[in-house]
Amino acid sequence: MADSNMATPAAGADQRRPLKGAGRSRIGEKGIKTFLAICAAFSIIVTTGIVVALVIPTVNFFGQITITEFLFGVTWAPAFANPSFGVLPIVVGTVIVVVTALAVSIPIGLASAIYLSEYASPSVRKVVKPVLEVLEGIPTVAIGLFAFFFMRPLAESLFPFFPWETPFSIGVAGMAVGLLIVPLVASVAEDAMRSVPSGLREGAYALGASKMRVTLRVVFPAAISGIIAGIVLGTSRAIGETMVVLIAAGAGNPNLTFDWFNSAQTMTAYIGGTATGDIAQGTVVYDTIFAVGTLLFTMTLIMNIIATRLVRRFREVYE
Amino acid sequence: MVIDKGKQPQRSRLAVAGARAATDSIFTTSSKSDRVANVLFRALLLLGMGFALLGLAAIIIWSLVEGAPRLGPELIFEGPSSIRPESAGYRTAILGTLWVIGGVVLFIVPVGVGAAIYLEEYADNTRWWNRLIEVNIQNLAAVPSIVFGILGLAFIVRGPLSLGFVAAAGSFTLSLLVLPTVILASREAIKAVPNSTRLGSLGLGASQWQTIWHHVLPGALPGILTGLILSVSRAIGEAAPLLLVGAVTFVTFDPSFFESQYSVLPVQIYNYAGRPQEEFRVLAAAGVILMLAVLLTMNSFAIWLRNHYENKNKR
Repeated sequence: MADSNMATPAAGADQRRPLKGAGRSRIGEKGIKTFLAICAAFSIIVTTGIVVALVIPTVNFFGQITITEFLFGVTWAPAFANPSFGVLPIVVGTVIVVVTALAVSIPIGLASAIYLSEYASPSVRKVVKPVLEVLEGIPTVAIGLFAFFFMRPLAESLFPFFPWETPFSIGVAGMAVGLLIVPLVASVAEDAMRSVPSGLREGAYALGASKMRVTLRVVFPAAISGIIAGIVLGTSRAIGETMVVLIAAGAGNPNLTFDWFNSAQTMTAYIGGTATGDIAQGTVVYDTIFAVGTLLFTMTLIMNIIATRLVRRFREVYE
Repeated sequence: MVIDKGKQPQRSRLAVAGARAATDSIFTTSSKSDRVANVLFRALLLLGMGFALLGLAAIIIWSLVEGAPRLGPELIFEGPSSIRPESAGYRTAILGTLWVIGGVVLFIVPVGVGAAIYLEEYADNTRWWNRLIEVNIQNLAAVPSIVFGILGLAFIVRGPLSLGFVAAAGSFTLSLLVLPTVILASREAIKAVPNSTRLGSLGLGASQWQTIWHHVLPGALPGILTGLILSVSRAIGEAAPLLLVGAVTFVTFDPSFFESQYSVLPVQIYNYAGRPQEEFRVLAAAGVILMLAVLLTMNSFAIWLRNHYENKNKR
């Protein structure tokens, strides 16, 4: 941060002051600066908007449902004739998706990153890196369809002995989400490892270390902050992912279950699925969208703050 | 055993060569298990990367195989239908996407780039409000997209703006979603313009805005453009927040910006995919091909643009 301060033209602006010729467009300059400042401040309005939009209906919701019933209840059936508002089943759904996605994307993403950064010849790297970056743009709907129409039937034919009961599977959805975040994890981690000064590698080589040792004991630890940042970014993407889960994991199970092979709902899929149907404003079901949204928002915010802290701490160690 | 030679400074060449020779000599006398471990490790890495590329390629191949029977002009020019899947297409959804994305571009270019210019060129970093804006934008970039849908539902469709379930509401919602990305990317591009450019211009008597407009922005243009293209392509592919702001109805007539109901391409695909008949599945896959063609072209162009200028800078 400190060196970027030096690069801002504030210093340049001060040097400009004595020049008389610039006085001509003074008013226009002020107007432009004001407009730009409003553009920047707009983001604050958006955040405030999000918080207000979430909090008011949530407060409304907790006027009718107690917080303990919401947070610790194990049956999620807001639209049933005999409604129940325990959020745990869909929180567990989100956790299953995130854990599965990370189990897929961490090994694959990091292996790709290490290979590209340490092993690949420049020509291989020149081809594979942009390809991965382009693939990052595959729309989530496409991945959802792929998971539902291809991965899920394939999984059943490969492992017929598992209890597949519905055409939906939260686990397969999680794997698809993992595939979705591989390019993100890989490209952030690769950037981090590339930026490790080559002097560190050379030193290790000079001491007779093998390539694998240099990679695992020198480059990897030195780049750990960036690698963790990549994983955290992927995690927060997986928590917020909606379409894949909505398509591949189905309408879910109202009861708390850890069943990997069958239908389950996540927080995002609940919001997306419920808002798609026609629900009247002012009902409790309408308010649940916002209550779940608040929970989701809080979780990602906390994770983001932890990630920022974590990265800062590691950075202090290695710079 | 290739260490990227291009990246090393001249003076470390000799050291590297020496180090490599030393390592190689140790290698030949090293234990067999060590060598095996190295080979295994390398194979494992290759396997991981192969898996990543294969998995992602499989998505494209699957959609091509599955959707191929429905590729044709009627896919683009025919409207949706729930009873005639064999001749239904994406006409209204494509028009809806054009409206929504047109609005997004009109909004994010001035506001996103404007905010980036303010934060890089004008803002005094020591002021708490400027730091607040910075932290806020970083956090906004990590907010799940569906939460923006909730914001859109509460404030744009209903509430203060009360636009209703129209394309303008979808457009505004998506704009807010991609705005942080545009700002962060544009800031990075502006930051990379060397300070001497600014000082030279200011020294010749140009005002600060003249400096920005004539010297900083042209220099940062490729970077800003890359960020914009990637953001817009993300907006095209985004479906989740639009589920909340109305893009779900089966629209059989051409939509307009402020008045009628609308749908967009990804949501229409989702809609088709949820229907039981086999033909709709093919139709959905054909829609995926359409989207992939547009998005992958846009992303390739953006990444080519970035790499092109990166190489140019190195020379």
